[in-house]
Amino acid sequence: MNATLPQTETLEIPKPPKRLLTYFEDGGRTVGSWLLTTDHKRIGILYLYSIVAFFTIGAIAAAIMRLELITPAGDLVTSDTYNKLFTIHGTVMVWFFLIPSIPSVLGNFVVPLMLGARDLAFPRLNLLSWYLFNLGGLLALYAIAIGGVDTGWTFYTPYSSTFTNTHVVTMVAGVFMAGFSSILTGLNFIVTTHKMRAPGLTWFRLPLFLWSNYATSVILVMATPVLAMTLVLLSIERIWGVGVFDPQLGGDPVLFQHLFWFYSHPAVYIMILPGMGVVSELVTCFARKPIFGYHFVAFASMAIALIGFFVWGHHMFTSGASVYSGLVFSITSYLVAVPSAIKVFNWTMTLHRGRIFLNTPMLYALGFIGLFTVGGLTGLFLAALALDVHVTDTYFVVAHFHYIMVGGMVTGFLGGLHYWWPKITGRLYPESLGRLAALIIFIGFNLTFFPQYVMGYLGMVRRYHAYAPEFQIYHVMSSAGASILGVGYLLPLIYLIWSLKHGKKAPANPWNATGLEWQTPSPPPKHNFAQTPIVTRPPYQYSAETEEHMVYG
Amino acid sequence: MTFPILPEQASKIATQTDNLCWGLVSISAAVCLIVFVPMIYFLFKYRNGHPADRSPSNLPQTRIEIAWTILPLLIFMCFYVWGAKAYFNIERPPPGAMEINVIGKQWMWKVQHPEGNREIDELHVPVGRIVKLTMTSQDVIHDFFLPAFRTKQDVVPGRYTTEWFQADKIGTYHLFCSEYCGTSHSHMEGRVIVLSQADYQAWLTEGQPGTTLAESGERLFRELGCSGCHLGQSVIRAPPLQGLFGKPVPLNDGTVVIADEGYIRDSILLPAKQITGGYTNDMPSFAGRVSEDELLELIAYIKTLGSQSP
Repeated sequence: MNATLPQTETLEIPKPPKRLLTYFEDGGRTVGSWLLTTDHKRIGILYLYSIVAFFTIGAIAAAIMRLELITPAGDLVTSDTYNKLFTIHGTVMVWFFLIPSIPSVLGNFVVPLMLGARDLAFPRLNLLSWYLFNLGGLLALYAIAIGGVDTGWTFYTPYSSTFTNTHVVTMVAGVFMAGFSSILTGLNFIVTTHKMRAPGLTWFRLPLFLWSNYATSVILVMATPVLAMTLVLLSIERIWGVGVFDPQLGGDPVLFQHLFWFYSHPAVYIMILPGMGVVSELVTCFARKPIFGYHFVAFASMAIALIGFFVWGHHMFTSGASVYSGLVFSITSYLVAVPSAIKVFNWTMTLHRGRIFLNTPMLYALGFIGLFTVGGLTGLFLAALALDVHVTDTYFVVAHFHYIMVGGMVTGFLGGLHYWWPKITGRLYPESLGRLAALIIFIGFNLTFFPQYVMGYLGMVRRYHAYAPEFQIYHVMSSAGASILGVGYLLPLIYLIWSLKHGKKAPANPWNATGLEWQTPSPPPKHNFAQTPIVTRPPYQYSAETEEHMVYG
Repeated sequence: MTFPILPEQASKIATQTDNLCWGLVSISAAVCLIVFVPMIYFLFKYRNGHPADRSPSNLPQTRIEIAWTILPLLIFMCFYVWGAKAYFNIERPPPGAMEINVIGKQWMWKVQHPEGNREIDELHVPVGRIVKLTMTSQDVIHDFFLPAFRTKQDVVPGRYTTEWFQADKIGTYHLFCSEYCGTSHSHMEGRVIVLSQADYQAWLTEGQPGTTLAESGERLFRELGCSGCHLGQSVIRAPPLQGLFGKPVPLNDGTVVIADEGYIRDSILLPAKQITGGYTNDMPSFAGRVSEDELLELIAYIKTLGSQSP
């Protein structure tokens, strides 16, 4: 002890603040501590593992199909195998990847952080959701492993209920289970958004991601039960021969389509609204501007969720339903396109007089806007009754919904994953590789799916194992694009894993972003905030006029 | 190597649909220009490090929002009306059509001509004539897709759906099943062969089986015992069928239905479903005893009874 130093001076040296343990450290590092966690952040990570696994399975099925389709003859796999492959691809990608992708992974992680809350409203329910999801997924995988299902993800009757001899009931049980996971997750988000906002965080101060996540949750809770009932009816007919859908048993096969699409069209919005929410976060942050038309973008999400419940019949213009029902569903389909258009215009105007940083997340956001615009515009083709008659059930439809779900949702997911990666892991990823991957994905995607519009209009029917030779050139382009797209998806998988060990340590707020999630350390402590934040301003208080630096410069 | 953009146009409907498509392509291209040109310009002009005026703009935000809500809505409504009008042309066959029956089954198309000719996976039609197809399936849902005529219609078990086209060019065109129907879905395809009037007549005569569809129906009508109640002196027990087809039928429950193909089909298979006014249901169901082919033969016969009535 140096006695010459005055006592006072020693006292003035501030003690280093006790570092808060991150959510990785706090609560244990054992496998058990993860599998029994109720921490929304850990559950988000658990979901990330699950969906990456399911995405891989769905992608392998797609890769084999694209290989098969290089030549017109069905020469690589048999018809039955091909039919099982597109069923695996559709079922796994829709229910076990796309629907949980942004809400259950990114939403789980960032929603409480963005709200300034310690966790979701029902943490144990949240863990139950993950278990139900995986149980459902395992049942679906079991159905695939014991021989597969060949109905397509749409399970149209009476083929699925009476005619096929594949494992429909097991697969349907898996989807049914995953549906309950969706309902519980949606319920959790709704209650959390209503009840757990930080002081001062009024509804119109919510970041737009929370608005779109809320709209998504409403659909999850309201539409999924209808799917559950439909799948139960299908199983009852299949197991006990009770006539519901099969006309030979006194049922109505078109009834199944009404019930199925009553869920599955709103489900399309489950698979795009969260992506739109992510893009609103990214565009504002990387243009350093408040969003143009906050209220319009927020209400557009709610409008899409609402109108989305009244468009299901547009899947059935050629099903033999009445001409007049076609008229109604055509007009509602055009109406639902308006709020989507509003969003695109507002994002574009947000760039005006901004200070634009073309970082990886922003490249994904811009890619989203481009691909979503093309996907949305081709939706207008399908809503036009006369044109739908020609292109429905062709590759035109396949291209359209891949532009929305892959060009939109997957791009939005990757954008959000890169944006929040430093927060989630506390590490930075290599920026140049990130930009390269975003570019490769954009090019590969367009090469894969744009030719499908053309061949669809030419008359190439979907779910065809073999096809007429005049379509081959477009199939070859599509398969070539798919291989590029595959590389594009592989890259982030590699460098993101690499960054976990070797990436630079991330600061609390690498993007100088305004959301509450950036006001806590990266990675956050177990209970998110040392003190409950108090919100005094609307979101996105960026200023393009001030020079700023981001971690990547 | 060729890059075809459009399938062959072999009917007026095809031209109509392609025009609608080009209309939508034009508006989509315009929207892309309106969105992407400013976007790329902003990305360039306002990129970090590039000097530009970044002071907050005082644009009339609400007015802009209203403008880009209303304008797309108006444009969308134009395409709605265009698409709907064209759809009515596709869905409603003009009068004077020749009628052909189609039965889908895993995995083939069976075709019945009124003259009695039958074919599989092929459909011969004369050029210039309006062809109306009455279609059903004997198992799962199929779809009769004719790209060259820009039309398709699901073929649903348990009911009749219709589809029509009028070929204006001689040639051979694709027929695809476009509703997934199981293992050999992609091989459930065929050809529509459009012949000149003379060639069509020659084709009909060459393959003529000797009995027309209605004659086969008449034979069935007797063999199944229908004539015992529905014809001759015994019409007290069962509703007479002469002049029935296409006419309104008052039912016991007070409603009135039109006696179309679907009604006759239901009356044969599910006699208790709709009971003609003034009668009790004494008829047994013929479900499982008559095939889809035979049902269409019976209907063809009952149609001729209609035309014979005074």
